[in-house]
Amino acid sequence: MTLQTVLLVASALFSVGLYGALSQQVVVMVMMGLELMLNGVVLAAAAFWWFLSPSPDGQVLLLVVITAMTVEMAMGFAVATLLHRTAGTDSAESVAELHG
Amino acid sequence: MSVLSGIVFWVLGALAVGTGVAVFRVDSMARASYALAVSFAAVGLALLLVDLEFVGVVTVLMMTMEMAVMAVFMVMFMGMNPALMPMSMTHGTRTPAVLAVGCFLLLGSGSVLVPWPTREGSPAADPTASLGLALMESKMLVMLTVSAVLFATVVAALCLAAARTRYDRFGDDLRSRPVDPIRGGVGR
Amino acid sequence: MGEVTAVGTGWVPLAAAVLLATTAVTATADGALLGRPDRPWAEAARLLRQQRRTTLAADTLLGRGAVLLAPVVALLMVAVVPLGTWTVADLGVGVVWFNALDVVLWAVFWLAGWGANSALALVGAYRFLAQALAYELPLMFALAAPAVAAQSLRLGDVVAAQQGLWFVVWMPAAFAVYCTGVLGFTARGPFAAPVSADVAGGLAAELSGVDRLLLAGGRWLLLVAGAAFGVTAFLGGGGGPLLPGWLWVLVKTVLLSLVLAAVARRLPLWRADRFTEVGWLVLLPVALLQLLVVAVVEVL
Repeated sequence: MTLQTVLLVASALFSVGLYGALSQQVVVMVMMGLELMLNGVVLAAAAFWWFLSPSPDGQVLLLVVITAMTVEMAMGFAVATLLHRTAGTDSAESVAELHG
Repeated sequence: MSVLSGIVFWVLGALAVGTGVAVFRVDSMARASYALAVSFAAVGLALLLVDLEFVGVVTVLMMTMEMAVMAVFMVMFMGMNPALMPMSMTHGTRTPAVLAVGCFLLLGSGSVLVPWPTREGSPAADPTASLGLALMESKMLVMLTVSAVLFATVVAALCLAAARTRYDRFGDDLRSRPVDPIRGGVGR
Repeated sequence: MGEVTAVGTGWVPLAAAVLLATTAVTATADGALLGRPDRPWAEAARLLRQQRRTTLAADTLLGRGAVLLAPVVALLMVAVVPLGTWTVADLGVGVVWFNALDVVLWAVFWLAGWGANSALALVGAYRFLAQALAYELPLMFALAAPAVAAQSLRLGDVVAAQQGLWFVVWMPAAFAVYCTGVLGFTARGPFAAPVSADVAGGLAAELSGVDRLLLAGGRWLLLVAGAAFGVTAFLGGGGGPLLPGWLWVLVKTVLLSLVLAAVARRLPLWRADRFTEVGWLVLLPVALLQLLVVAVVEVL
């Protein structure tokens, strides 16, 4: 369990999340891709903390990343709810244009 | 790092990446949400291996709660599909797959080839206590900012998502008694 | 620092046996209070013999996996509870570990209701989530109170800090909110809507045989696990005259679970949509004020 191996796993998580965020059509699935990307970031940040600089400041950064995940999900769900209520759809395709 | 923790880390890492891929391949929303929950739980447990006890357990806590709520939202927006009929909701998979593989190669080669510096310092005897002290003393600004951001998120999400505004409930002059289909438990 | 020694994960089977035995004693005693001490055993035997029934297009992976997970969560909860001076895992963040596990129960009960592909079971699952959203935050703040008073998240330290005075004496509001949370995550008493008769058993509507036993037994195990944690965090853990520490923990756990089950039987069902306002407008401020009192006492 070295820094390189943990970062490899974190890069894999990030890439899978990137695939999901780019390819999915439904807003909630795009959010799941973003969550996976942030998952990879959390693992990478933890690896950097442990292997390079184990001071409390790194842990604070981890908490900030987790808070960012929470905020992103809350706002994403609020927007998805509003989208479903007004446009009756859940697809990101249908909001490609600023009309209506 | 001992051999046992190395093996445990590989198992958790494979589980995290495998369930992460499964999120986009399974045919039911509940399975997708809970595959993501398992992925987060695996990363949270991996954090326990690097002595980040508090952050690891808090990750598992928060992410399980979020995935439970996310499953409810997915069923709400995408309908029930417990019959596990195949459903694919993508707009093209080739470009994203190519980009994802390219991104993995870039990041992976970077993580393996970059000459990382050596470790400076060692973790505190009680990382949780040192985290708490850091948040309350030297990193108080982070605490203040995060709390303001979270409060703004609560307000913004409610404003976006609430179907009935104050005017719907209290009337145009905001003076009438609340018109709710179900009275709340406190008796307002 | 508390003098709790971690005996390691090799002792998990013994911990499971102790938990099962305590639950058996509690269930039998509860049955005895109702006049039928053999009822839990008769029910368990009947369910073990019953043929397992399946529904059309059920999601067996999620449904059966979740039901299997309910007793496992209870076991993980007691893995950090000190039995006198021994504990399976002496986590530095025992309080947060317990909190994380009762959030995992959200997933467990929702999946148990989803798996059967039945409308009534799903209604039970949604009812559980609705009331969980209301009791969870007050429960979290109630759990923070003993941690603040002991100035540590480790359960050994929480027990050691109660040597002079049990926490229940000077943080009764936190204890009351904690008990509400335990009744909530075991779906009992006022929070029995997910398994109530008006949805034909809700979560248990389509479960039969071993699955039904695992859910019902899992709820009993969770009650005992919640009582064990409550004893550690509020009722002094192993403290007490005459008997050894571990015996006091077991006795107090059985008594607290019996009291909680009896109280739950007396209280009427509280619908989730009415409880939500109470949870957010009454319980949460009460828990926060209690936490403020505890923090002020600790600083002074």
